[in-house]
Amino acid sequence: MVHKHALYMALVSTVVLVVAPWSFPTWVTFILTKALFIYIGVQGVALFLRAGMVTFGHALFYATGAYTVGFSVKWFGFRDVLLLVPLGALVGLIMAALVGLIMARYRGVFFAMLNLAFSMILFAALLKFYRVTGGTDGLAAGTATFLGIPLPGSSFKFYYFTLAIAVMVTYVVHRFLASPLGYFLRALGDNEIRIEYSGESVRRVIYLTYILTGGLGGVSGVLAAFTIGHIVPEDAFWIQSGEFVFVAILGGFEGVLGPLLGAIAFEFIQNYASKWFPLAWQMTLGGIMLLIILFRPGGLWAIYEWMAGRFGGKLDGTTHV
Amino acid sequence: MDLLTIIVFDGLNYAATLFLISVGLTLVYGVLQILNVSHGIIYALGAYMATWLAIKLLDAGLPPFLSYFILLAGAIIIGLLVGPILERLFLRRIYGSDMHIMLLLTFSILLILDDTIKLIWGMEPMFVSEPYTLLGEFEVGGILYPRYQLLLIGVAVVFGGALVWLIRGTRFGKLVVSVINDREVSLAIGINVNLIYTVAFTLGAFAAALGGAAIAPTIAVAPGFALEVIVFAFAVIAIGGMGSLEGAALGSLIVALARAAAIHLFAELELVVIYLIMIIVLAVRPQGLFGEVELRRI
Repeated sequence: MVHKHALYMALVSTVVLVVAPWSFPTWVTFILTKALFIYIGVQGVALFLRAGMVTFGHALFYATGAYTVGFSVKWFGFRDVLLLVPLGALVGLIMAALVGLIMARYRGVFFAMLNLAFSMILFAALLKFYRVTGGTDGLAAGTATFLGIPLPGSSFKFYYFTLAIAVMVTYVVHRFLASPLGYFLRALGDNEIRIEYSGESVRRVIYLTYILTGGLGGVSGVLAAFTIGHIVPEDAFWIQSGEFVFVAILGGFEGVLGPLLGAIAFEFIQNYASKWFPLAWQMTLGGIMLLIILFRPGGLWAIYEWMAGRFGGKLDGTTHV
Repeated sequence: MDLLTIIVFDGLNYAATLFLISVGLTLVYGVLQILNVSHGIIYALGAYMATWLAIKLLDAGLPPFLSYFILLAGAIIIGLLVGPILERLFLRRIYGSDMHIMLLLTFSILLILDDTIKLIWGMEPMFVSEPYTLLGEFEVGGILYPRYQLLLIGVAVVFGGALVWLIRGTRFGKLVVSVINDREVSLAIGINVNLIYTVAFTLGAFAAALGGAAIAPTIAVAPGFALEVIVFAFAVIAIGGMGSLEGAALGSLIVALARAAAIHLFAELELVVIYLIMIIVLAVRPQGLFGEVELRRI
């Protein structure tokens, strides 16, 4: 039942996202593209949130992916997303495999802080080694190509490419959560000693999850680089990491699609708020987040479930997967 | 030799700044068990309020030597205003929640206050240099240093000493320690835990605002200047041990000296070195230099 419901929701969201560019003005496509790459990065952060762990440093992998594009363009003039997306994922994975060796030993606030420290090291290095990285000016990504066909960041084509990647990511995360490792990850927040009693190493669970989230961050960064067209050290700044956590909580991290809901809402709020109150868009975001935390800590997804339960009749409330 | 003197001196100056920023953060973490992400923005508010007050009052013809008291007044106003409001309205509702709730709540407060600052004081940088220039300069190792830096060090030492006295030497301090050790037992023996929380958070907010007000004359107060500073404060308290006053002092010294050395020896590593130290310390002693080991939850 539970799986069926999740599958049904995933299908409906995919269909809605496929149809969306034809039903709305063109600027909506750009916003949705941004929401999709944010969504991919947020999935990683949401995985850890399920385990009761917060990372304030996943911009590390996001920036890693973005700068993979930056250097590929700068040094080789190479912009093909078909190769750069897997490459970004790979560099993110490698980075996470290295950093994760240290990270897997920590929990709670130390985990959050160490992640923060690593991402800030990257930020500081990107900022200070400006001969290589371009410093605050950053690097230009230019227009992506797909087997030689140009895909401008605001085009339908790029949107559909991003959507395809997002669908794949959703599937991977879904499979991960349905695997024994995924169940152990969720058990982590409740009782980690029980996990070790069951013969699983907690460190291994965290380490492998960490590597996966690194890969997701890398993919997200590659897509972000081509959507925005510009790569700056702020991609690794802690505010960016905070944004990922923000979106995960805004959408709710219990369902696989919570982060999607969060990412779309986040991008629309940001867009409208910066149009209507250019000096107070952060305030709008913060205010909405305060309301969510204080009144509906499960996020938008929980609001959806609550409404579905209220207006749509029965719902078992256990649509975790 | 000269270089060493300069590094030590720069380091001490910077340590004073860092200490003022991080001591409030560690205090709040120690008592409320909340890592207050919005701490940096309270620091910024302190800097803005103090600078704004100083500019207004100096324009109105107040003698410049009073500007030190104006800076202090600005910090007190922000501390007394922001501290109780944030604690009573928001933090009170989330004590004991999951960590992500606490981090995100304070992050939201940071976003809101960041825009509040822009709405009140605009995007233009603000300066008040009187407190800085009034004291003149002196020479160390052939380099001219403003005497204001010595004042900063003095403020940091006095404030740190006062906090230690408050926690170790007064009845209030004993109540705080009791609340830190066991909230429920403290409630049961009749301690007004809510009040302790409010006072502790207000004290933390005042510390941040004081840091901002004291540093304001040495910099241009502009939007966003506190966003990176808050991460330095995280690094300092992670190194020193979260919740430890001595840790904040030692952490500030270590970070500041390392940064000063990096600036003079390898300028590119200026920021990297701070986080490297944090990672090394956490890798060897996760609880920080002065932290206590937390028992593993079963």
